[in-house]
Amino acid sequence: MTAPLLELRDVGKDYGSVIALDGISTTVRAGEVTCVLGDNGAGKSTLIKILSGVHRADRGQLLLDGRPADFGSPREALDAGIATVYQDLAMIPLMAIWRNFFLGAEPTRGWGPFRRFDAARAKDATRRELSAMGIDIRDPDQPVGTLSGGERQSVAIARAVHFGARVLILDEPTSALGVKQAGVVLRYVAQARDRGVGVVLITHNPHHAHPVGDRFLVLNRGRSLGEFAKADVSRDELTRLMAGGAELDQLAHELERPST
Amino acid sequence: MAPVPADPGAGAAGGPSTQRADERLSAVGPLRRLLVKPELGALVGAIAVFTFFAVQSEVFRSARGIANWLDPASTLGIMAVAVALLMIGGHFDLSAGVMSGTTALTVAIVAVEYEQNIWVAIGVSLVVALLLGFFNGWLVTRTGLPSFIITLGTFLMLQGLNLGLTKLLTGTVTATGLASVPGYASAEWVFASRMTILGAEVRVAVLWWVLFTAVASWVLLRTRFGNWVFATGGDEVAARNVGVPARRTTIALFMTTSTAAWFVGTTLAVRLTSVQANTGTGQELIYIVAAVIGGCLLTGGFGSAIGASLGALIFGMTQLGIPYLRWDADWFYFFLGAMLLLAVLANRLVRRYAEAARR
Ligand SMILES: Nc1ncnc2c1ncn2[C@@H]1O[C@H](COP(=O)(O)OP(=O)(O)OP(=O)(O)O)[C@@H](O)[C@H]1O
Ligand SMILES: [Mg+2]
Repeated sequence: MTAPLLELRDVGKDYGSVIALDGISTTVRAGEVTCVLGDNGAGKSTLIKILSGVHRADRGQLLLDGRPADFGSPREALDAGIATVYQDLAMIPLMAIWRNFFLGAEPTRGWGPFRRFDAARAKDATRRELSAMGIDIRDPDQPVGTLSGGERQSVAIARAVHFGARVLILDEPTSALGVKQAGVVLRYVAQARDRGVGVVLITHNPHHAHPVGDRFLVLNRGRSLGEFAKADVSRDELTRLMAGGAELDQLAHELERPST
Repeated sequence: MAPVPADPGAGAAGGPSTQRADERLSAVGPLRRLLVKPELGALVGAIAVFTFFAVQSEVFRSARGIANWLDPASTLGIMAVAVALLMIGGHFDLSAGVMSGTTALTVAIVAVEYEQNIWVAIGVSLVVALLLGFFNGWLVTRTGLPSFIITLGTFLMLQGLNLGLTKLLTGTVTATGLASVPGYASAEWVFASRMTILGAEVRVAVLWWVLFTAVASWVLLRTRFGNWVFATGGDEVAARNVGVPARRTTIALFMTTSTAAWFVGTTLAVRLTSVQANTGTGQELIYIVAAVIGGCLLTGGFGSAIGASLGALIFGMTQLGIPYLRWDADWFYFFLGAMLLLAVLANRLVRRYAEAARR
């Protein structure tokens, strides 16, 4: 087997005195979808921020293609073909959609001091990528801040899909999406996987995670509850794990009692 | 792989329907169009101010009068454009005014006291300016402290240095004697020559101002760096997360401001051939006023280079228009303050709109 695209070995991260992550190991392989699941505050976003170069791990190792890597900034991760949809989307509200779409990776034309942002190409590509997602934008010049929450999320996803040549990381990409767009996003995930891209997907929805995921990393309070292959868990088991196992049985029990 | 519940037509939306103009486009309000043109307010203001003075004063609208009020607008405008870029990038530079004094003094002292060719002195001065700008930017990006407070620190330090070093090196509070320095003629040609246009004598600084405004506007709207400036000022963390070198952008902006201060400082030194140690002090707020009148948001991420130039133009017209009308010069500040308030109120609409959009 070839080396995984990305690998975490016993990684930990602290925010001051808060231990946000500890002892996490996982792999991201080409053509596979790794789902990261867990409660609010479990450390999912922290984990992907280590993969995308926003944070450095305080403990443990990050390997890219089997070699130790040390992303000093998101730029370095992007240059390695790792694109991310952040939970807060990382969009600039007052800037036009097309400017946001190519932010940090602007296509240019011209030469030397006359090298300039190829606005026509950027607008064109933005419109194309978004309509391929089923988002029919009115006008690429519209400021992102004036888009609806779901439209904004779609722009961020389209952007990451466009730039995620090797690894695509999605942090709750479907939280604001309608049924149709959520379906499109999952189909995108499947398409990227089939192209050989390694995908990391964070979601709270087991109905989204189970069909598309190949392996499931379940986090709880910064620690791993284990990594499961798809064959080893059913959707119901996954739902139970995501909610912290026994707690869900307890909840079901509590909810039932008044009616009996 | 189990299919995901989805609308089967979802992927097919890229058809010809997206090519024609969207029928919802007419719903775009006037506010948005205003947003796209931050300099609009300043343009309206400039036309109003011009009309106001031109109607009442014949001198004001004559070619000579125009050349007269273009002069203060030009040096201010060069600074205002740089300060506007910095403000769009999310920062202030309170040391920008005093820095034009520092650079002017450096030119005069290196050329006269150290007996160097004036071009050497101008080069030394540029290096000083670039270092100062780098220092400001580096400190701001390193510490994450508000640039307001950091540049207030450099402002005070430079103010003291300007006086202290000038006294130490020249024995007075004025550096003089630049006119007899080798190379002065060519420096005068570049920084302080005059030309006759339509019978009026126009200083070359006006041309530089127009050139700087055009270049800054082009950089801001048409280059990658410009995109980074808007993004860094709009949301620095988001910008960095999508790969914008936000720190480098910020440092480059501080260095741009200090370079503009160098240019203006050199222009002053060459024009006047002697430099007071307090040159430039107090100007920093005027630059910010011009940028804000030009549509820059105090919170960053929005503004225009042309707007800042128009702000400087309003300043120049008001400064000379008031004496042309034989009013007391005190009215100048009243006028300027009123313009600023109007501009801030207009900008507030933009900011409120932006904040509502962040939800
Ligand atoms: N910048 C930060 N500074 C301090 N603490 C932080 C910071 N970011 C996250 N934390 C803490 O780290 C823990 C994990 O946060 P994280 O954002 O990774 O959770 P999450 O699993 O993504 O949750 P959610 O499902 O709500 O998005 C939380 O307890 C949070 O309070
Ligand atoms: Mg999260």
